[in-house]
Amino acid sequence: MHECTCSDPTIDLSALDPILEAHKDNPGALIPVLQETQAVYGYLPEEAIREVARRRNVPVSTVYGVATFYTQFRLKPQGKMVVKVCHGTACHVAGATEITNVLEEELGIPAGETTEDLSATLETVACLGCCSLAPVVMIGDQTFGRLDPASTRKLVKKHVRSGK
Amino acid sequence: MSVAASSPRVIVGMGSCGIAAGAYDVEAAFQEALKSDTAATVEMGRTGCMGLCYREVMVEVRDGDTTSVYGDVTPERVPEIVEKHLIGGEPIREWLVLGDELESTESELLGKQTRIVLRNCGHIDPENIDDYIATGGYEALRAVIAGKTSDEVIETVKTSGLRGRGGAGFSTGMKWQFAAAAPGDKKYVVCNADEGDPGAFMDRSVLESDPHSVLEGMAICAYAIGSDEGYIYCRAEYPLAIKRLNIAIKQAEERGLLGKNIMGSGFDFTIHVKEGAGAFVCGEETALIASLEGQRGMPRVRPPFPATSGLWGKPTNINNVETFANVAWIMRNGAEAYSAIGSGTSKGTKVFALTGKVKRSGLVEVPMGMTLRELIFDVAGGIIDDKPAKAVQMGGPSGGCVPESLFDTPIEYEALQEVGAIVGSGGVVVVDESTCMVDLARFFLSFTQDESCGKCVPCRVGTKRMLEILTRITEGEGAEDDIETLERLAGTVSKASLCALGGTAPNPALTTLRYFRHEYEEHIAEKRCRAAQCNALSTYVIVPELCKGCLACKKFCPTNAISGEPKEPHVIDPDKCIRCGACVSHCPTDAIVRV
Repeated sequence: MHECTCSDPTIDLSALDPILEAHKDNPGALIPVLQETQAVYGYLPEEAIREVARRRNVPVSTVYGVATFYTQFRLKPQGKMVVKVCHGTACHVAGATEITNVLEEELGIPAGETTEDLSATLETVACLGCCSLAPVVMIGDQTFGRLDPASTRKLVKKHVRSGK
Repeated sequence: MSVAASSPRVIVGMGSCGIAAGAYDVEAAFQEALKSDTAATVEMGRTGCMGLCYREVMVEVRDGDTTSVYGDVTPERVPEIVEKHLIGGEPIREWLVLGDELESTESELLGKQTRIVLRNCGHIDPENIDDYIATGGYEALRAVIAGKTSDEVIETVKTSGLRGRGGAGFSTGMKWQFAAAAPGDKKYVVCNADEGDPGAFMDRSVLESDPHSVLEGMAICAYAIGSDEGYIYCRAEYPLAIKRLNIAIKQAEERGLLGKNIMGSGFDFTIHVKEGAGAFVCGEETALIASLEGQRGMPRVRPPFPATSGLWGKPTNINNVETFANVAWIMRNGAEAYSAIGSGTSKGTKVFALTGKVKRSGLVEVPMGMTLRELIFDVAGGIIDDKPAKAVQMGGPSGGCVPESLFDTPIEYEALQEVGAIVGSGGVVVVDESTCMVDLARFFLSFTQDESCGKCVPCRVGTKRMLEILTRITEGEGAEDDIETLERLAGTVSKASLCALGGTAPNPALTTLRYFRHEYEEHIAEKRCRAAQCNALSTYVIVPELCKGCLACKKFCPTNAISGEPKEPHVIDPDKCIRCGACVSHCPTDAIVRV
C-alpha cells in the first residue's frame, strides 16, 4: 500500500484531541472542527485533515472537499500579519484596485500570497461590510477605512512591518 | 450645571464602522481625560451604530434630559469636549451633529426615516439586556406566549404584509404557515445572517447594535411554527456581531427569556450561533442548510422546500436578520400599524446601506414606496461635489443598475423588478460619471463567477464565459458580436441555473446593456472608456503646468515609462505604461491624471 511520505513530523496532532472530543457526538460539526483546527495551526495541515477524517470516520475527500469549498480555510501556512483588502462594490468604486496595487508593491507579493519570511499574507476579500468607510483594509483584526495610497503605505509601515 | 449633580453619560458608538474609524482610541481618550477628580462622576457607556457612518466616530453625551451627539470625534478633540461640555456644561455646538434645538443635516437625515428595524440601533447598549428590556423588549414575546395561538401569530404576520427582506420578497407569514403546517415534531428556525452581498451591511449593523430584536423575532417565530431549536448562521467576517449575539443569547437565557421553559410557560427555544466559513452561495437557503449540516454549501433542487424538509430533513423556517427584527414591533404595534407604512404590495420599511458617491453614506430605514430620487438626494444628500448622478446599483450581484432617468421609480418589489433591478437585501451603491458601467458589470460577474459553487453547468460555465466577454470588452479586445453573445448567454444562465445565484447573476450585465449599451459600443467600436476606468482604454498623463520635476514618479515607475530631467515637466510613455497608478500616489502635486 502506498504510504504518504510528505508528512510533516513537526505537526503535533494531540492538539486536535480536545477539538474532536468536544464535537464527537455532533455529525454536523465538521466546519466548526476545521475552524478550531485552523485556529490552532494557523492553517489546515494535511496531517490534521487526515486525522480529522480518521477520527470522525468520514472519507478524507469529504474533509478536503469542505476545506477547499469555503474561502476561510487555508491549506498553506499564513503570514504573521494578514492584510485583507476589501473589494466590495463600494470599495471597488472608491479605488480598491489602486489600494491593492500599493499593498502588492509595499509587501512585494501579489494578492493571495504570503511573504517568504512568513511576515505577511495579502488577501483580497469580497466585502468587510464597512462600505461607508471605503476603501477599507483589515490588518489582523483591525479595520482601517477611508484610505488612499499614501495612508495605505503608512499603514503597512506602522502595522505590518512592526508586526502589531 | 455641575457634573456632580447630574452625572452625565458619555456613550461611544461601537459598531464595526465606528471601531474602524477609531472608536477605541476615542473611548481611551475619554477615560484618560476623565481621570481628573472633577469629572470622576461621568459614566462611560457603549452603543451600536446610529447609521450615520460618514460622521464616525460618534459620541453621545446624555445629561439629564438633554442629548447631544458629536460627530467626527478624534482623540485630539476629546479633552476639549470634556472640559467645555462635561465640566463646563456647555456643548461645543460646531462639533455637534445632533442635539436639542439643533438643526443639522443629520437631524434632517434622521427625520426622513421611519425606524422600525433600527429602532434601538445607536440608542441602547447591545451588550446589556436591560437596555433592550427598558425599550419594551421581550414584551411582544411575553404577550404572544401568554395569550396568542400559533394561528393568531401567523395571521398577524400575514396581515402586516411583511415580506422576506433578504432579497426574494416572499410573504413571511405564508412561509411561517407552511412550516407550521408541515408534519413533524422537531422543527427548526434559522436566521440567515450570511450577508455576503458586497456593498451591504444592514444585517451586520442590526446584529451589532440590537441583537435581542432578532432573538425575540426568532422566538416568536419558533412559538408560531412549533419549534424548540434555532440557528443563526452568521458570516465569519462579522466577529463583533457573533460576539454580541453570543452575549445576548447568554443574557436572555439567564433571564428565562430563551432556553428551557421560557417565562415559566413550558415553551422551550434554544438558539445556537453558527459561524459561516466564507461562501456567498450559503445565503441561498438550501446551501445554508447544507453548510449547517457540515457539508459543502451547495444548493439543491426545490421542492421539497425547507418548510417541509430542511435542516436534517426536518421542517425548517429560514428568514433573514432584518425580517426577524421587524417581528416584535409588528406584534406590539399590530399588523395594521405596519401595513399602514409603505405602498401597494410592499409594506413597511426597508433598511438600505447607502454607499458610493453620495454625500451622506450610512444605514437608513425608509418607508417602502419612497422613490429612488428621494432616497439618494433627500436622505443621502445627493452626489459628492454635486456631480451628476449616473446610476444606482441595487441588490448587489443579483441586482441591477437603474439609470438616473428612472430615479423616480418607487422602492417597491414589483416596480423595481420592472426596471430590471431588485429591492434585494438593501445594498445601494450610487455611482457618478467616473464609474464605467461595463467595468461595473465585469466586477459583479467576476464576483458571482468566483462564488459559483460549481454544481450546475449554466452557472459554472455560463458566468465564466460571460466574464470572459466582459473582460475582453474592458480590455479593448471586444468583438462586434460580443454584445449579442452576452445577451444570449445571459438568457441561458438566468433560465437554466439551479439556484438564485446563477439565476440572477446576469442581472448586472443585462441592466447595464439595457441602459448603458452605448458604453459597451464605445468600448468595442471606438476603443474608448468614457469614465477613463478601463486600463487598456485609458492612460495617465502628466499635466506640465502642475509638474515640478521632482522625479518622485520616475523613481517609482516599475516599467521606466516616465522620462524627464529634474525641475522639468516629466512625460509618460503610454506604450511602456502598465497603468498601475504607482506614479499617481507618489506625486506630491497631483500633476498626474487619468484620461
